[in-house]
Amino acid sequence: MKNETKDEIKFDHNGDGIDRRGFLKCMAWAGTGTLCVMKGGVLNSYSLSALAKLDPAAAMGELSFVQISDSHMGFNKPANPDVIGTLKAAIAKINALPGNPEFLLHTGDITHLAKPEEFDNVQQILKDAKVKEAFYVPGEHDVASDEGKEYLERYGRGTKGAGWHSFDKNGVHFIGLVNVVDLKAGGLGTLGHEQLEWLEDDLKGKKSSTPIVVFAHIPLWSVYPQWGWGTEDSAQALSYLKKFGSVTVLNGHIHQTMQKIEGNVTFHTAASTAFPQPAPGTADSPGPMKVPAEQLRSVLGITSVNFVRGQKALAVVDSNLSE
Amino acid sequence: MKRAIRIVGTGFLLVAGFNQAAGTWRGTKAEPVLVAAQQQQMATEVKIDNFSFSPATLEIKAGSTVTWTNADDIPHTVVSNDKVFKSKVLDTDQKFSFTFDKPGTYPYFCSLHPKMTAKVVVQ
Repeated sequence: MKNETKDEIKFDHNGDGIDRRGFLKCMAWAGTGTLCVMKGGVLNSYSLSALAKLDPAAAMGELSFVQISDSHMGFNKPANPDVIGTLKAAIAKINALPGNPEFLLHTGDITHLAKPEEFDNVQQILKDAKVKEAFYVPGEHDVASDEGKEYLERYGRGTKGAGWHSFDKNGVHFIGLVNVVDLKAGGLGTLGHEQLEWLEDDLKGKKSSTPIVVFAHIPLWSVYPQWGWGTEDSAQALSYLKKFGSVTVLNGHIHQTMQKIEGNVTFHTAASTAFPQPAPGTADSPGPMKVPAEQLRSVLGITSVNFVRGQKALAVVDSNLSE
Repeated sequence: MKRAIRIVGTGFLLVAGFNQAAGTWRGTKAEPVLVAAQQQQMATEVKIDNFSFSPATLEIKAGSTVTWTNADDIPHTVVSNDKVFKSKVLDTDQKFSFTFDKPGTYPYFCSLHPKMTAKVVVQ
């Protein structure tokens, strides 16, 4: 592992028997990658460098899928003049994963300016991904130019409102939420009344043992409100998820991996495939972070997720593009 | 050489002073000159940089045109809270202008990054 020393795991749960308090505190920063496995309600997190020691069964489940985010097609500034190249590298990474992921989730900011040719480029590159399907939610960059018209024309089929939707795979219920439209001055991401009602209705009648995966662009937890990294009405959405034993929330937007466990909910943000952004509060603004060219791929990446039935386990693995 | 420049400078000031004086004393005839001068004074710029608008509060006179320029590596928008004006998405170095005819306070924000807020106060 080339960048092993860059892992910044503040709470190392490699040992057994972490109490619930430990989960609440758990916030792992991963420069290169973390594997989190929850078994019977107990979370273990490992640096990717420790993966070799893992039982292979723990890393492979009945359902595996991959998340990419923030491809920002069309971005051409010094932080990454070649977002096509790095997206292609991400797809190559996906295709090299052990066992083909069932499908791909893109958690938004597919494009930089929502131009048709930007969407076309992403579509073309994603054709090479060895996955059966792809599911999307928009980022603010995908909807700002035209109120999401172009996005919905391409990805809106079978969705509601601004593009929210749900589907089931292997007994896992997936919910794609949109928190990037109709944002209010001074505020954060917003789901809105109509979508919250839909969510409540969507979850009605689902057994509490059903594993839930929620994906949306802007984090559904308060990462750093000063930079807008949170969602105004996420608490209400999460209140509908309280009864479920296993909830995994996957987001993008902040261009870095971050994880938090709160009760039954694991929150995880994916890296961008385009450019990194600074850690909360470490810069004047959340603008693109320029790193030396040779380091760029170590701060971009993909996230793969494995679900192991009967173990309450969703194993989330981040890997960067240089590994 | 030095002396010649001073003479030219003085001459220019005299002409300007005369126009302004004419506008004040004689009314209509010189008015267009005054309006033009006022607009020139009031042309104002807002810079979008580091995910913020600067100045955050801009005070102008009615009839002034404000131009926003995005100096960030990330696109932003300029959107009035009360839907009085709304820019397209401004990529790096792109500009948006709006002329404020009526006095009032115009709060606005970036619809991509709504934490970015500022206002224009028109007197």
